[in-house]
Amino acid sequence: MQHVPDITVPALDVEKIRRDFPLLQEKVYGIPLVYLDNAATTQKPQVVLDALEQYYTTINSNVHRGVHHLSQLATDAYEGSRKTIAGFINARKPEEVIFTKGTTDGINLVANSYGRGVIKPGDIVLVSAMEHHSNIVPWQIMCEDRGAELQVIPMNEQGELLMDQFSALLNDRVKIIAVTWVSNALGTVNPVHEIIAQAHARNIPVLLDAAQAIQHMPVDVQELDVDFLVFSGHKLYGPTGIGVLYGKEEWLDKLPPYQGGGDMIKTVTFAKTIYNVLPYKFEAGTPDISGAIALGTAVEYLQKAGIENVQQWEEQLMEYATQRLQEVQGLRFIGQAKKKTGAISFLIDDIHPYDLGELLDKQGIAIRTGHHCAEPVMTEFCIPGTVRASFAMYTTMEDIDKLVAGIQKAASMLR
Amino acid sequence: MTIKETQDELISDFSFMENWMDKYEYIIQLGKDLPLIDEKYKTPDNLIKGCQSQVWLHTEMTGGKLVFTADSDAVITKGLISLMVNVLSNHTPKEITEADLYFIEAIGLTSHLSPTRSNGLLSMLKQMKMYAFAYQATSQSQKNGTEL
Ligand SMILES: Cc1ncc(COP(=O)(O)O)c(C=O)c1O
Repeated sequence: MQHVPDITVPALDVEKIRRDFPLLQEKVYGIPLVYLDNAATTQKPQVVLDALEQYYTTINSNVHRGVHHLSQLATDAYEGSRKTIAGFINARKPEEVIFTKGTTDGINLVANSYGRGVIKPGDIVLVSAMEHHSNIVPWQIMCEDRGAELQVIPMNEQGELLMDQFSALLNDRVKIIAVTWVSNALGTVNPVHEIIAQAHARNIPVLLDAAQAIQHMPVDVQELDVDFLVFSGHKLYGPTGIGVLYGKEEWLDKLPPYQGGGDMIKTVTFAKTIYNVLPYKFEAGTPDISGAIALGTAVEYLQKAGIENVQQWEEQLMEYATQRLQEVQGLRFIGQAKKKTGAISFLIDDIHPYDLGELLDKQGIAIRTGHHCAEPVMTEFCIPGTVRASFAMYTTMEDIDKLVAGIQKAASMLR
Repeated sequence: MTIKETQDELISDFSFMENWMDKYEYIIQLGKDLPLIDEKYKTPDNLIKGCQSQVWLHTEMTGGKLVFTADSDAVITKGLISLMVNVLSNHTPKEITEADLYFIEAIGLTSHLSPTRSNGLLSMLKQMKMYAFAYQATSQSQKNGTEL
């Protein structure tokens, strides 16, 4: 049965927003698309697509290098985007915003530079039990290299970090803590303020994986007092191949560079190279100029809608989806943290998530099945994977109704 | 029935189903009806790689014919396996290795299944044919009196 959602009038004009996204107007198998795989990647508004095209049709040229007019325009646009993003996350300076390829790239950068600059044999790197592989493997590689040890903050069956155990894990050997703000597999919002406060009380820096946070809630790096924060453009309505590493200036100044090449140097001789200042020190080679500019456009688009409004709307979506999914016989949520955002993971009886996903797909509903690049989470819950529906600013209550109807139909076929 | 006849029958069955949900319904039913593999054969050796879901395939030779039994933890996968088993099981290794499996294309399976699913299906078929080749080689070498 379809419920009449008990919702307040959103401050967000969702119908209008939907019209800004060309792909949302498409059909799959002749059925209007219901796109609920936003945690994997979001769709892009027309302004972002236009920004990409305009860059190549009007100002394409290399940045920071040319004396000519176009190069100046491209550099201005590229640096303008850095300022926009710095404003969006409230960084002290644009120089603290490093363009990367994405979350994975940002974590690899920090793991590598921090590893070479700081980590000694016997040191400890702390991650959590709910990390994406991107926030596990780079640290494992670095630990192996440096003779350090990776330790894990455990979680309970609800999918919440055990904060007592976290405190107990803190000691003088712990040299960095890397945790996800929001779990992509469970939707859990972690108590990052508390994690940072406890870590800083012991002078341990914290890296936050904000890949699933930045698009759902206001992020203020100064208020958080976080040392490093990473996210991907493509989950934030921007293009693929571009992302951001925020780092406190004192850390970025202190750490050795990650990659060497053009742009990241001041002077090069065969005897010695002097590195460039921030942010260029960490941006070797020609960057993804069009991507960086279009990411700035995506951020402006989101700012215009208002991230607080988006957050409010998505909270209503989460609440409504949780309530509607409970109607499905045999459905159990994987991850029942008190604070969740963006994504809902579930299973139905012993139906294989892959089967359910395939039958939803044939009804035009795009969700994700599998381990969501978080195999340790699946191991902990003793499941092969989950079905995950994830939301964005353009998701509607109707999408959720269609999801529930689709699940009912699929489940009745599979039972 | 020959391998060709079974294939033609399947193609005809599928042609009566109008949309893909009906076809899935049919595949799922096949999956539910698939005779279960003996638990003792669900060994890592019998596990086929290349599937998102787990698939076990066991082969036995009875009266000169190969008999396949299989299982999966996903029911659609089981249904697809069942199609393959129905077509290829109970035939001689020679018939199996020489079979032209045109029904997959004709039913439209490859174009409608997700790429991971159809890759899984193909690795399953490859495995079945490989078993048949192996048996054929064995029996040939036995005929020739050579030891394997
Ligand atoms: C929590 C989390 N961390 C890291 C990543 C990796 O992001 P990317 O593949 O864009 O580098 C993802 C994306 O799935 C994620 O959800």
